Amino acid sequence: MTEFIIERANYWAIIALMMVGLYIIFASQNLIKRLVGLSIFQTSVFLFYITLSKIAGGSAPILYGRDYPKSYGDDHSAAPGYDAVLAAGEVGVKEVYSNPLPHVLILTAIVVGVSTLAVGLALVVRIRESYGTIEADEVRDIDMGVAAAEEDEDAAQRASA
Amino acid sequence: MIELFLTLAPDWALRHAAPLLVVIPMMCAPLCVFIPSGRIAWFISILASALSLFMALLLLAQVQTVPGGQISYELGGWEPPLGIEFAVDALNATILLLVAAFGVLAVVFSWPTVAAEVRAEKRAMFYGAYLVCFTGLAGVAITGDAFNMFVFLEISSIATYVLVALGASRDRRALPAAFNYLVMGTIGATFFVIGVGFLYAATGTLNMADIATRLPELEGSRTVQAAFAFIIVGLGLKAAMWPLHQWLPNAYAYSPSFVVVFLSATATKVALYALIRFLFTVFSPEFAFEGASFGMLFMPLGIAAMVVCSFQAVFQTDVRRTLAYSSVAQVGYMLLGLSLGTAIGLSAGLLHLVNHALMKGALFMAVAGVVLTYQGTTLRDFAGLGRSAPWTMTAFAIAALSLIGVPLTAGFQSKFALLVAVQDQGLWWAALLIVFASVLAVIYMGRIMEAVFFKPPHNPQKIHKEAPITILVPLWILALANLYFGIDASFPIGLADSAASAVLGGGS
Repeated sequence: MTEFIIERANYWAIIALMMVGLYIIFASQNLIKRLVGLSIFQTSVFLFYITLSKIAGGSAPILYGRDYPKSYGDDHSAAPGYDAVLAAGEVGVKEVYSNPLPHVLILTAIVVGVSTLAVGLALVVRIRESYGTIEADEVRDIDMGVAAAEEDEDAAQRASA
Repeated sequence: MIELFLTLAPDWALRHAAPLLVVIPMMCAPLCVFIPSGRIAWFISILASALSLFMALLLLAQVQTVPGGQISYELGGWEPPLGIEFAVDALNATILLLVAAFGVLAVVFSWPTVAAEVRAEKRAMFYGAYLVCFTGLAGVAITGDAFNMFVFLEISSIATYVLVALGASRDRRALPAAFNYLVMGTIGATFFVIGVGFLYAATGTLNMADIATRLPELEGSRTVQAAFAFIIVGLGLKAAMWPLHQWLPNAYAYSPSFVVVFLSATATKVALYALIRFLFTVFSPEFAFEGASFGMLFMPLGIAAMVVCSFQAVFQTDVRRTLAYSSVAQVGYMLLGLSLGTAIGLSAGLLHLVNHALMKGALFMAVAGVVLTYQGTTLRDFAGLGRSAPWTMTAFAIAALSLIGVPLTAGFQSKFALLVAVQDQGLWWAALLIVFASVLAVIYMGRIMEAVFFKPPHNPQKIHKEAPITILVPLWILALANLYFGIDASFPIGLADSAASAVLGGGS
């Protein structure tokens, strides 16, 4: 049982980060802290993808060792990469590589995360400008107060009319 | 007619219609930002949306004529499943046509409201953000790659947060609304991407058609079940599936008029399309855990949305909030339709999806006309408008009748189709609840109509006048479409039926 848990330490770390992030989003009233929570939550997903792609003993996905094509020569003019291996009549690679695709996906996801964070921070700036606070509960109280005042005004108008 | 259209279209458009639909608005978006004049940006947006509409029509015509009803476009010449694929079938083509048609109508209608609600120096950028949003929505609807769908979903969402926040110049409550939408939307998208990660871990591919062929071997796998749960929650958040709809009422109530018209007709619909795509094409209703989710999850949630949100709509004093809660309720009808898992159920859900876009588009356009001339959206601001703005309010009334589901309107056709589909499964109590929710719709729309047509103006000193012609024309196009498709519904029913059979036929 302990072995089962320890073997999957990377997944436990991801789950812990994910829960921390979600908890901050829901528990914190401070808008900046909510964005921090959101970023932690997203980061846990990035780590999840990266950990999926890692293979024990695998190297970066650049052909090396027994897979290095002899026909490359010094001028690197032959067909590049895996195509060259296939052209040489070899089937499959002999060394172990990590899966590059999730890394690429996560590069895109990081860009998406950064843009979301940027838009979120810009919104917080605008909220601070028009409300004078970045606490969600205070913003809500201000809105409620304004709405209540409007209603009172309407009632007073109707009473006078 | 279809053949003539296809022969008239130029060859390059025929071959590259799928990517052009997405790329044209994407390229025009930065163009808008560099142009200082809002009016020119408006023209560019009309042009880009109209070209996209043309491409969407071409795709629909091609899908209907091509044997097999499937178009696949390899981006960059990389063959799927390794490369990213744009895959269009009868379901996509319908959604794309819906998005593009509403893009055109909404953007034509937009200029007077944007001029009134957005500051001059921001107008060009506003249209840029709209085009980015349009790109994202079209991309979600057209792509055949699961991760690509996430990217497009986020492109459209980030643009949407910006567009909603721009309502702040009319009402500062748009800012917290946009912030909450951002937090909820990002959680939803991240859940979706976790689900896609699990699917990739289980199948080793990201192409949706390829995932679908590999999933049957993995029947019962925990990884796949976890993927299913994460994807459903993520897309449910984006589609405002009850009870994940909390972001929607505020975002709709405070965003600029143009944005709410466009979003109410397209954004939740596209998310719902993604949900249908995953439920029926990628996963298949034959999996035990998914079959269970239909009866145990989607049907109760759909019915709860119908009843609870219709109730909430009755107690709103702001017309836009009433309509926003009504939108969540209508999403419930669509979920109920698809949760039946039958061809007629899915077809009824899709028909309601199209018709709901027609009626909510018209209703929000009419409200936008009132906001423009009267600056208010509360129920009392609407009092007596029937006399001072008869054209706007008659169109509003037609769309409201359609929302209720009065015979001879589009809303009746889809609700009737839904009733038939529900009866077909012997769920008489669900049929009763549909009728009950429609009665609630009579109450909440009736309150507005009573104020509009039978109450004296609340504040006679304020000027009441008709909305400008650029608002009235798209508004009446939609209102007449509501009537026309209520009398002769063969076109939308044909689209919905072929979409449903394409989806259900493709899975098995």
